[in-house]
Amino acid sequence: MAMIDEPLYPIAVLIDELKNEDIQLRLNSIRRLSTIARALGEERTRKELIPFLSENNDDDDEVLLAMAEELGVFVPYVGGVEHANVLLPPLEGLCSVEETCVRDKAVESLCRIGSQMREADLLEFFIPLVKRLAAGEWFTARVSSCGLFHIAYPSASETLRNELRTIYSQLCQDDMPMVRRAAATNLGKFAATVEPAHLKTDIMSMFEDLTQDDQDSVRLLAVEDCAALGKHLEPQDCVAHILPVIVNFSQDKSWRVRYMVANQLYELCEAVGPEATRTDLVPAYVRLLRDNEAEVRIAAAGKVTKFCRILSPELAVQHVLPCVKELSSDSSQHVRSALASVIMGMAPVLGKDATIEQLLPIFLSLLKDEFPDVRLNIISKLDQVNQVIGIDLLSQSLLPAIVELAEDRHWRVRLAIIEYIPLLASQLGVGFFDDKLGALCMQWLKDKVFSIRDAAATNVKRLAEEFGPEWAMQHIIPQVLDMINDPHYLYRMTILHAISLLAPVMGSEVTCSKLLPVIVETAKDRVPNIKFNVAKVLQSLVPIVDQPVVEKTIRPCLVELSEDPDVDVRYFANQGLQAIEQVMMSS
Amino acid sequence: MNGGDGGEVTAAPPAGPPPPLEWKFSQVFGERTAGEEVQEVDIISAIEFDKTGDHLATGDRGGRVVLFERTDMKEHGGSRRDIERMDYPVSRHPEFRYKTEFQSHEPEFDYLKSLEIEEKINKIRWCQTANGALFLLSTNDKTIKFWKVQEKKVKKISEMNIDPSKVVGNGSASSSTVSSSPKPYLANGAYPDRSYSCLNNDMTFPPGGIPSLRLPVVVTSTETSLVARCRRVYAHAHDYHINSISNNSDGETFISADDLRINLWNLEISNQSFNIVDVKPANMEDLTEVITSAEFHPTHCNMLAYSSSKGSIRLIDLRQSALCDSHSKLFEEQEAPGSRSFFTEIIASISDIKFAKDGRYILSRDYMTLKLWDINMDSGPVATFQVHEYLRPKLCDLYENDSIFDKFECCLSGDGLRVATGSYSNLFRVFGCATGSTEAATLEASKNPMRRQVQTPTRPSRSLSSSITRVVRRGAESPGVDANGNSFDFTTKLLHLAWHPVENSIACAAANSLYMYYA
Repeated sequence: MAMIDEPLYPIAVLIDELKNEDIQLRLNSIRRLSTIARALGEERTRKELIPFLSENNDDDDEVLLAMAEELGVFVPYVGGVEHANVLLPPLEGLCSVEETCVRDKAVESLCRIGSQMREADLLEFFIPLVKRLAAGEWFTARVSSCGLFHIAYPSASETLRNELRTIYSQLCQDDMPMVRRAAATNLGKFAATVEPAHLKTDIMSMFEDLTQDDQDSVRLLAVEDCAALGKHLEPQDCVAHILPVIVNFSQDKSWRVRYMVANQLYELCEAVGPEATRTDLVPAYVRLLRDNEAEVRIAAAGKVTKFCRILSPELAVQHVLPCVKELSSDSSQHVRSALASVIMGMAPVLGKDATIEQLLPIFLSLLKDEFPDVRLNIISKLDQVNQVIGIDLLSQSLLPAIVELAEDRHWRVRLAIIEYIPLLASQLGVGFFDDKLGALCMQWLKDKVFSIRDAAATNVKRLAEEFGPEWAMQHIIPQVLDMINDPHYLYRMTILHAISLLAPVMGSEVTCSKLLPVIVETAKDRVPNIKFNVAKVLQSLVPIVDQPVVEKTIRPCLVELSEDPDVDVRYFANQGLQAIEQVMMSS
Repeated sequence: MNGGDGGEVTAAPPAGPPPPLEWKFSQVFGERTAGEEVQEVDIISAIEFDKTGDHLATGDRGGRVVLFERTDMKEHGGSRRDIERMDYPVSRHPEFRYKTEFQSHEPEFDYLKSLEIEEKINKIRWCQTANGALFLLSTNDKTIKFWKVQEKKVKKISEMNIDPSKVVGNGSASSSTVSSSPKPYLANGAYPDRSYSCLNNDMTFPPGGIPSLRLPVVVTSTETSLVARCRRVYAHAHDYHINSISNNSDGETFISADDLRINLWNLEISNQSFNIVDVKPANMEDLTEVITSAEFHPTHCNMLAYSSSKGSIRLIDLRQSALCDSHSKLFEEQEAPGSRSFFTEIIASISDIKFAKDGRYILSRDYMTLKLWDINMDSGPVATFQVHEYLRPKLCDLYENDSIFDKFECCLSGDGLRVATGSYSNLFRVFGCATGSTEAATLEASKNPMRRQVQTPTRPSRSLSSSITRVVRRGAESPGVDANGNSFDFTTKLLHLAWHPVENSIACAAANSLYMYYA
């Protein structure tokens, strides 16, 4: 055993723990691999540490994942770019483990290293590695290889490039669907590095193979390739080769493929350009909006606004709007919900008249939807609504919906609406808020569900922040303080919580004059839970109020509580007193 | 090779269909000695060959999975592929040896529903092998688990910077044999007392590194050990008992079916599954039909079939919609008018379905018959094989002792020419299903599988009155088998069996014993 000097002890332990039986310790050591590397020096890192890691790649996935990640940023520790190639062997091993996330990370790290490597090194080390992986016995290695071609290709010679393209095309036809999926996923990246001449021939024929794959799971990944390839093709080639594929995909037998088209629609439109979008993709999109499968309609509905933005208003009104009308009364609540979350954005596209005439009825019907999510989605985009239809119309139709949601029997719905209240308040302004919503905010403080009361207290604070202390003095503080005498101790507790949140917003003066007396009064409550919460609140007030107030009011009150028969009350009271001492000491 | 040549082939093979097979005993694992009582936990509840046929897995009621590996091909050296390419005479039959076993499921208790969850393995399915490791899915009534079984070289750490023996007093020293005592470090891996703070990135090291530090030396021994690790647990997705799991040909998804629902999973995602079939009626009193078995098409990733307690098989196309409550094809046989009885519906219930390897045919097993369906023909089965028609007069007794609800499995040979299923008295039956084939054999899961067909004077109570050794009339019972009705033992039933994917070899379970036959 080597003698280890005292200062080196921690690093020695760290190194030893690379092989500890406890996974947490191994993980810890791997995460500090750079420290170990620096302690060993660059040369020994290259000659000992990296080979050591290559040999020990049968560890738990968590450790391997961490190793794959660390090695990606390891170039400086092995002596810079000229030695980067020593990092390839351990990562190559990690590229064929069966856990996908480890492989993905290893590929990511290899790409990162490969993009720094010198051209000669890429030729000597990186490209052979890609070829080895692509010819791997197990599908795992072949899957990983697909993600490396775009790094290898640019520095390859003409013949080598031919070879790489051939290999990739074989991967696109691999027996294993997993490999074909990986090839489809990475085709766009690879295509970006391929010369235009080969792009039109080789890559397009691989793409064609993938688009006709038997496996839905492969075809649906080819949908993404449409957009990616489209970016690298000339517009006319794009229309000639990509557009028919998209149109076909939009009528694919498999709903999952159609779903992908609906989901990728915007990117696909960008790929083929506005002209082809208008002529060919509008009918395709309309079909998707009327698809049999709700999942497809959900995806399509979510893209309504983005799609309409590329179209002229006339086309949008003529083709898309009728579908939108149908969707607003779709049988699937999720479709309506998806529509509700984007439909507001259509207003600027259609212009004011069309909006009032066509969109408003849809909007109002969604606002009255029986499904809370739909209503919430509309309300959350209220700023856009406001701009379009104006506050009066809005308040007429909006208010009943909000009130209804505020009293929904599902507490999660109530919670969601409470969280929107400050936003609503800022959008609607003080006047509107006072009339209609103020009472609701107070009502929530007495909700049956704790989470709602808790959220209500936070809401009150945020309102005070939004409208300022003066407004709060009038509209919040009196009402809140009123409720401190509620017969139910849980409600009194909520009020205490609200007060503690309000105090920092209201400032020292209001706190001393209005809030503190109430709290001190509450310290005489008969319920211990209230009393120790008083102690906690008092402690939180110490930094807010002035020194004399602490001495005159807070301390005596805490002292009194510290003699309470209840142990918890005494505990928190003493905590408060200690906090006061600390503030005294530091000031 | 021993035993099992008692059957003489008398039926001359017809010109068209393949000649009938002569089944011979190959191996038995866990054979019962006379008078030995079978432990409930040892009873085999699932059998499955992997795709290559090089491995066989069994599951038992005690929640264990036992793996066997083929031995008869490895002796000749070279890789498996080379051997397969060689025109090697198939003089040898598949032989297996015990490989390893592991505890897949443990008994559990569902506190919310006050239900015991048995550890019994209901189904095993093999997944794609990768990196020399075996992967399989096993399920009990509620929870599916994904297992990886891998040979690992035993590694030992021989040298370290710090002598483990010297730092025992220090509490948290590293050593190759760390105790499992309460860990001295915090959850995030940092030590509470011995701080690593001096190891921050500001720490400077000499440019050449510190020569006295060294990496642990790991010595790899030639010893290997098989390690089974549970990689994922797919739980909490089934309200009812899982009866089937099946892998998809896309290599990334699988389904699990319970009485009322079928869920679709991604192998890599264990916390989320998609319900693709739901036959639960709004009111459970309207329930008339449950799902009994489900299987993916062997090559079309979008197709799957499931069977029901009413005797129908539904083919669904996952491409049509996300929730496939409406089938794309329905296979059921119209019952003959006037034949309806109290038992009609019970015996129509399908206990198992299997796709043939080419995906064109589906084999189904109901209580009385095996039926072969062509997925292109939904008017009726292309062939029906009577498995134990002789029990028809006894349905009342079978109902009373619950035997009528026994769930027999069925299997097809890799070439699709034959089908097999189990029966009572540890018998199983093999039928030829090629056009014109009249092959129908009854075999006993014992060392002498043909005993059923020949006079066996040593055991007169089980003797058969008929002298013909092979019944050649297609679909007919050997007439003598039930000459003496109580010769059938309803407690010894052969429920589980599997056909080797590429050779004529059958593995079947008789209680706790695994019998293997070849032809």
